[in-house]
Amino acid sequence: MSTAATAAPKPKLKTSAMIASFADPGQKTTPAPFGHALVKAAQENEKIVGLTADLGKYTDMHIFAQAYPERFFQMGMAEQLLFGAAAGMAQTGLVPFASTYSVFAARRAYDFLCLDIAEPNLNVNIVGGLPGLTTGYGPSHQATEDMAIFRGMPNLTIVDPCDSVDIEQAVPQLAASEGPTYLRLLRGNVPTVLDEYDYTFELGKAKVLRGGNDVVFVSSGLMTMRALQAAKELAAHNVDVAVVHTPTIKPFDAGTVLAEVDTDRLVVTLENHTVVGGLFETVAGAAVRAGIGKRIVPVALPDEFLEAGALPTLHERYGLSVGRIIRTVLDAL
Amino acid sequence: MSRRSRVEAAAYRMRHHVLNMGQAQGQGYVGQALDAADILAAVYADQLRYRADDPEWEGRDRFLLSTGHYAIGHYAALAEAGIVPVAELETYGSDDSRLPMSGMSTYTPGMEISGGSLGHGLTIAVGTALGLRHQGSPARVFNFLSDGELDEGSTWEAAMGAHHHQLGNLTAIVDINALQADGKTDSVLRTEPVADKWAACGWFVQRIDGNDVAALLAAFDAAAAQAVPEGQPSVILCDTRIGRGVPLLEDREKAHFMRIEEHEWQICREQLTAGYEGDTK
Repeated sequence: MSTAATAAPKPKLKTSAMIASFADPGQKTTPAPFGHALVKAAQENEKIVGLTADLGKYTDMHIFAQAYPERFFQMGMAEQLLFGAAAGMAQTGLVPFASTYSVFAARRAYDFLCLDIAEPNLNVNIVGGLPGLTTGYGPSHQATEDMAIFRGMPNLTIVDPCDSVDIEQAVPQLAASEGPTYLRLLRGNVPTVLDEYDYTFELGKAKVLRGGNDVVFVSSGLMTMRALQAAKELAAHNVDVAVVHTPTIKPFDAGTVLAEVDTDRLVVTLENHTVVGGLFETVAGAAVRAGIGKRIVPVALPDEFLEAGALPTLHERYGLSVGRIIRTVLDAL
Repeated sequence: MSRRSRVEAAAYRMRHHVLNMGQAQGQGYVGQALDAADILAAVYADQLRYRADDPEWEGRDRFLLSTGHYAIGHYAALAEAGIVPVAELETYGSDDSRLPMSGMSTYTPGMEISGGSLGHGLTIAVGTALGLRHQGSPARVFNFLSDGELDEGSTWEAAMGAHHHQLGNLTAIVDINALQADGKTDSVLRTEPVADKWAACGWFVQRIDGNDVAALLAAFDAAAAQAVPEGQPSVILCDTRIGRGVPLLEDREKAHFMRIEEHEWQICREQLTAGYEGDTK
């Protein structure tokens, strides 16, 4: 009899992966919505080209590269070159979509985005993978402050899509808009959520997805998916929740959002981003500017470097899970 | 008039423009503009295809000034090329001028990019060359950069990228005046052996005296001879002398930002003219 047979079985470890899914088990998803949407947009606009910095496969740019190899440019693991070259291509009349991870775009290539793309207001579309907390790999790859960094950049449009519907509808609008854009990319098998609502993505617009008498959620990105789930579950607690989805962070649709904020309901912002400089401060700033003085509760990542680990563990730990959202709301009411 | 005489005459006029702009402003990157005048004259008076009355002409060759602080020299070249009126040069660096101290594409006709933050130009040039080639344009791309910019890692990202993509339509021009903000280049960050570095990155390398117009024209001709859309990118390494053409400034203690007293400007102009007339006699 071996000793191994009598030892207690080791608990199965939850492990982290670079590319972790935040979709729930069994949730409807759509494969590589960005890559397919870019191919479709490129069919109609021959000026569209794709670039990446050694992350084509991990930003769904490989779909475009396979469809249009002659319109795809591999720039190597060189993010400064990626965005400088994208600027140069835009100056010749092309419409580049340039992809890398959000951390490298926001932290490493900022100077190139700012001076070569944003200042001359070129139509370069920055595509950033792993926005906020969408990998358990640790701070090197967790772009928890990307919106805070980018919101201060003049001319830049910032889009934080919820799901595959947002991404598919956003891509042609990003290509058509004149100046630079930053897309917080969700890649791989991306949840499909907003098809169940009377909703279309409009660049620069917030949309009320559902009404509710007690609480208003103002959310962007994947947190809109969580907000909708939490709203459904809060009904069991006799809490009626409205959800306003604001996928365009800048320019911000203050009109639509403040019409919902300026009521007697509890206002909660939900974002996949640090509480510093993102959606919470955008909403709070707009409210104060409009003379609305009221409490706004943030659901956001803490102002700290996050731990590595399995994504569900981390979303629970840092308050982004549906269960944590519900507790935050019940505590605040 | 020979090609060489034509370029030398252009460089001479440009140096006068530089001194006039420097005096009006009371300061400026006069030393660099004087050292680069022969290069810029060769580019604008001999190499570049452009339309003075249509600076945005699609078929133009692109000249990308990476070193924003050399704008004073570039404005002199744009005036010589007829793109900017000579009379406008005196507004250099003033409020509401189209000619800011650091070159900006959004301000000045003929200025393709905004410099200032160094190490950007060659990355943009790679994209410009890729974009033009992709759209079937025969236009060439020239990027003027300084030896100080060789400190920046982005320059080498772009150097590798240009070779990887076989950008034969791209020519880099490096002004090696061996001086940067904190002092001599070899005391700030040693960049030599410069030619070996570019060669290792796969470029066609020439190193010349950047104040010798005949050598400049020969190097540009050699670069042009192999400027095919799919080919080796080309770099011309130009050793230059700060303040070139004005002995008073050539002999002054070398400084990134040169101070010139009010009474000295006329001496500078006289020395410049005497030198040019002495050479051309």
